[in-house]
Amino acid sequence: MSEPTPRPIRVTRSRRPATASAVLSAIAVVALLSLPYVVYANVTSLLVNLFILLVLATMWNLLAGYAGLVSVGQQAYIGLGAYIVLVLAQNGVSPFLGIPLAAAGCAIAALPLSLLVFRLRNEYFAIGTWVVAEAVQLIAVRFPSLGGGTGASLPGLGGWDPALRLALTYWAALAVVVLALAGAYLLLRSRLGLDLTAIRDDEVGARSVGVGVSRAKRIVYVVAAGGAGAAGSLLIISQLNVQAGSVFSVQWSAYMIFVAVIGGLGTIEGPILGTVIFFALQQTLAERGAWYLVVVGGLAVLIAMYAPQGLWGLVSERFDLRLFPVGYWLHGDDAHTEGFFGRLRRLVGRD
Amino acid sequence: MQWVNAIVQGILLGGLYALFACGLSLMFGVMRVVNLAHGDFAVLAAYLALAVITGLHVPMLWSALIVAPLFAGLGYVVQRVIIQRSLDVSPVTTLLVTFGLSIVLQNGMLEAFSANSHSLPSGVLAAGSFRLSPQLSVGYLSLIVFAAAVALIAGLQLFLSRAPLGRRIRAAADDPEAAAIVGTDVRHVFGIAAAIAFATVALAGIAFGGYSSFDPAAGPQRLIFAFEAVVIGGIGSLWGTLLGGIILGVAQALGAQVDSGFGVLAGHLVFLAVLALRPSGLFRVRLT
Repeated sequence: MSEPTPRPIRVTRSRRPATASAVLSAIAVVALLSLPYVVYANVTSLLVNLFILLVLATMWNLLAGYAGLVSVGQQAYIGLGAYIVLVLAQNGVSPFLGIPLAAAGCAIAALPLSLLVFRLRNEYFAIGTWVVAEAVQLIAVRFPSLGGGTGASLPGLGGWDPALRLALTYWAALAVVVLALAGAYLLLRSRLGLDLTAIRDDEVGARSVGVGVSRAKRIVYVVAAGGAGAAGSLLIISQLNVQAGSVFSVQWSAYMIFVAVIGGLGTIEGPILGTVIFFALQQTLAERGAWYLVVVGGLAVLIAMYAPQGLWGLVSERFDLRLFPVGYWLHGDDAHTEGFFGRLRRLVGRD
Repeated sequence: MQWVNAIVQGILLGGLYALFACGLSLMFGVMRVVNLAHGDFAVLAAYLALAVITGLHVPMLWSALIVAPLFAGLGYVVQRVIIQRSLDVSPVTTLLVTFGLSIVLQNGMLEAFSANSHSLPSGVLAAGSFRLSPQLSVGYLSLIVFAAAVALIAGLQLFLSRAPLGRRIRAAADDPEAAAIVGTDVRHVFGIAAAIAFATVALAGIAFGGYSSFDPAAGPQRLIFAFEAVVIGGIGSLWGTLLGGIILGVAQALGAQVDSGFGVLAGHLVFLAVLALRPSGLFRVRLT
C-alpha cells in the first residue's frame, strides 16, 4: 500500500479561469469604443448618462458595500467636480483636461471633510454627509461668477463641431467608466481589498485581527469622492451648463443607492447589472413622471429587505458565476487538502 | 432692536426644530434606527392635517387629535413590518430602506398632491401676536409651538424614567435579549416606541404646516434641521436637543439678518463647527 502522492496545492483568483470574462470585457470595450462611428449621437448621449450612473454606483458600492459607509452626500463631489470644470474653463483650460483635475480636486477636498464626517457614527454619518453637501451647495451659489442659483453655461466647447464634441464626450465618459471599474477591480484585489472584504464581512472581527479599519475607510472615501467628481465633470460637459440645484440634488444619491442595492452591494458586477435595470425601468416608465422613482424606490426597499445580496447576488449564487473575481480559490481536492482547508472553504462559502 | 428680534424669533424657531428632533432622537435612542424618511413623514402629516381641516372644518390645532393617533398607528405598523425586518438584516439595511421610503414618499406625494405648495389655515394663530415693544412682537403660533416642544420633552422624559411602559422601553433599548428573557415582547415595545415617535412627527408636521408653506419636497430639509439640533445638543439628550434646536434657530435667524440668503448656511456652519470642536455635542447627558 503506497500513499497517494498529494496533488500540489494551488491558489487562484477563481475556481474557473477568468480569461473568458477578460476576453469578453476587452471585446465589449472595443465595441463601445467604435460606437460613435456606427450609431447616431442620441444613442451615445444616452450611454453617457448610463456611464455617469455606473461610475457613481460603482463608487457608492465601494463606500457602502465594502467600507460600510452609507453616504447620502456624494452629490457634494458631483457638484464640486462640475464647478471645478466650470472655473477651469472660465480660465481657458479645456473641459476635457478638466475631468482628471476635477477628480483630483474632489479627492483632495474629501480628505479634510472626511475628518469632519467620520466623527459621526455609522447611522448619523449618512445625514452628516448630506449636511456637508447642502453646505457646499449653499456656498457655491454665493459666487456670482459661478452663476449663483440660476446656473452658468460652460465656455470653451462652443466652437466645436457638434459631432466631434459629442463623440469626444462619449469617449471621455467611456474612459472614466473603464478606469472606475478597473480601478475598483484592482483596488479590491490589492492588500487594501483584502482589508475591505474583511470589513464588509465583519467589521469588529476585522479590527480585532489588526485590519486598519479607519485607514481603509478613509482611502475609500477619498477614492469615491474622486469618482463622483469625475462623474460631475462629465455631467457638465455633456449638458454644457451647470445648475447648482440640479448637480447638488440628493436625487443623485437616490439613483446611485437604488442602482447599487438592486444590482447587489459588495460585488463589482452588481452595480453594472443594477445600472442596466435602472435604465431600462427609467426608459419604460419615462412618460409616467415621478412614478418611476416610486417603483424603483419600492423595488430597492424590497430587495434590501428580502434579498440583501441584490439581483447579481442571486444570479452568481445560482450559476456560480463571477465576472470579476477578487477573492481567492484553493485548488487540490484530495486527502491532504480536504480536512482543514476543505472545511475552511465550506465555512467561508465564497471565493 | 432688529437683532434682539432675530434672537427672539430664532429661539422660538428652535422650539419647532426640537419638536422635529424628538422623534428622531427617540427612534435612535431606542431602536438605534435613523429614520431618513423622518421629514417626509412630517410632510405627509401636514397634508393629512390639511385634509382633516378642510374636510371636517375644524381649527388647525384640533386636527392634531385625529392626525397624531393615526400616525401613532402608522408608526407601529412601519416599525413592525418594515424597520424591524431591516434591523434583522443589518444596521446598514435600515438606512437603505428608510432612504428608499423617503424617495417613495416624496414622489408619491408629488403625484398625489402636485408640486404646488400649501399651508395650513391657522387663522387667528398666525395673525395674532403679543406686542412686547414697537419692534418686537411674538406670534401666538410660535409661542404655542415652543411651549408644546417644552411640554413634549418634559413629558417624554418623565414617561421614560417613571412610567412602567417607559421603563420597559428603556430596558428593551439597553439590552433587547435580557429584556426578552424577563418577559418583555421586545418587538411590540419597539413598535410602541415608534408609535410615540410618529405621533411627535405628526405634531411637528402640523406645526411646520402652520408656520410656513410646505410641498412634497420639503421633507429632507426638515430631517436635516432636526438632525443638526440633535447633534449640536448632544446625541441622546432630549433637553440637549431643545438647546440644540434653539442654537440652530438663533444661528439661522442671525444669519438671515446679515444676508437673506445666508440663514440656512449659517445654521450648517454652526453645526459643522460643533462637529469639529465638540463632536459629542454641547450638552452631554444620557437619555435613559
